[in-house]
Amino acid sequence: MLKNIFEIAGTALTAQTIRMNTTASNLANAGTVSSSEEEAYRAKRPVFRALVDQADLNAGFNTLGGVKVKAVVDSTEPVRKVHDPGNPEANDEGFVFLSNVNEVTEMVDMVASSRSFQNNVEVVTTARQLMMRTLDIAKA
Amino acid sequence: MKLLENPFGIHEKALAVRNQRMELISANIANADTPLFKARDLDFKSILAGENPSPMAATSPRHFETGEVQNRDGILYRVPYNSSVDGNTVEINVEQAKYGEAATQYQATLQFLESRISGIRKSLRGE
Repeated sequence: MLKNIFEIAGTALTAQTIRMNTTASNLANAGTVSSSEEEAYRAKRPVFRALVDQADLNAGFNTLGGVKVKAVVDSTEPVRKVHDPGNPEANDEGFVFLSNVNEVTEMVDMVASSRSFQNNVEVVTTARQLMMRTLDIAKA
Repeated sequence: MKLLENPFGIHEKALAVRNQRMELISANIANADTPLFKARDLDFKSILAGENPSPMAATSPRHFETGEVQNRDGILYRVPYNSSVDGNTVEINVEQAKYGEAATQYQATLQFLESRISGIRKSLRGE
């Protein structure tokens, strides 16, 4: 059924939206400072996984073939440690810990996910046109 | 009466297969960013003929059974032009082109069906 295409592209649109959300969160926190290494903001990354087996159908997805966000993981890049005694967040030794967000990577990721989003919208548009034509077959 | 015995011929089944192909390609596009995802497509000709396109035949008693690996539904994995670091074989440009192709073929099949229907209508009206 053509309606499966809507479902498949729909899961992809959801996944790409989550990816853009993490990018927005990362960019917003690019300048966040903390007083300890553990508390420092770490860039978030979604992990995509294809919907392939019965477990996915049990988890509430109607059609196989789409994509889901399996998890959102923290980047393992080291956080930057900067000496800034004037900062209210500075620790006893006068250090603050910056986030490990790389703005350039985030911008590239944003463009990539917005392109993927557009591709899937195009898929939906084409499927919709074909569905309308299929409905019109009775008028032939 | 011959006319209404099999009014749509092969096109009825063809439409279902065309649709299945569009589904597969849309799944490829949806998984363009999924690591380790392998793009799939189907062999239209062999599915329509009801054959298994690449059976691993056990022609000797010393051959092993391939078990579940054997592909019985005519769905094959696409061989990518370029490899990628994350093991994903979806090449978005290729998939877009294939999707466009599949959509056109779907429309062609629809057109055939439409002309069959209008033909039958005309003959029933006796115009």
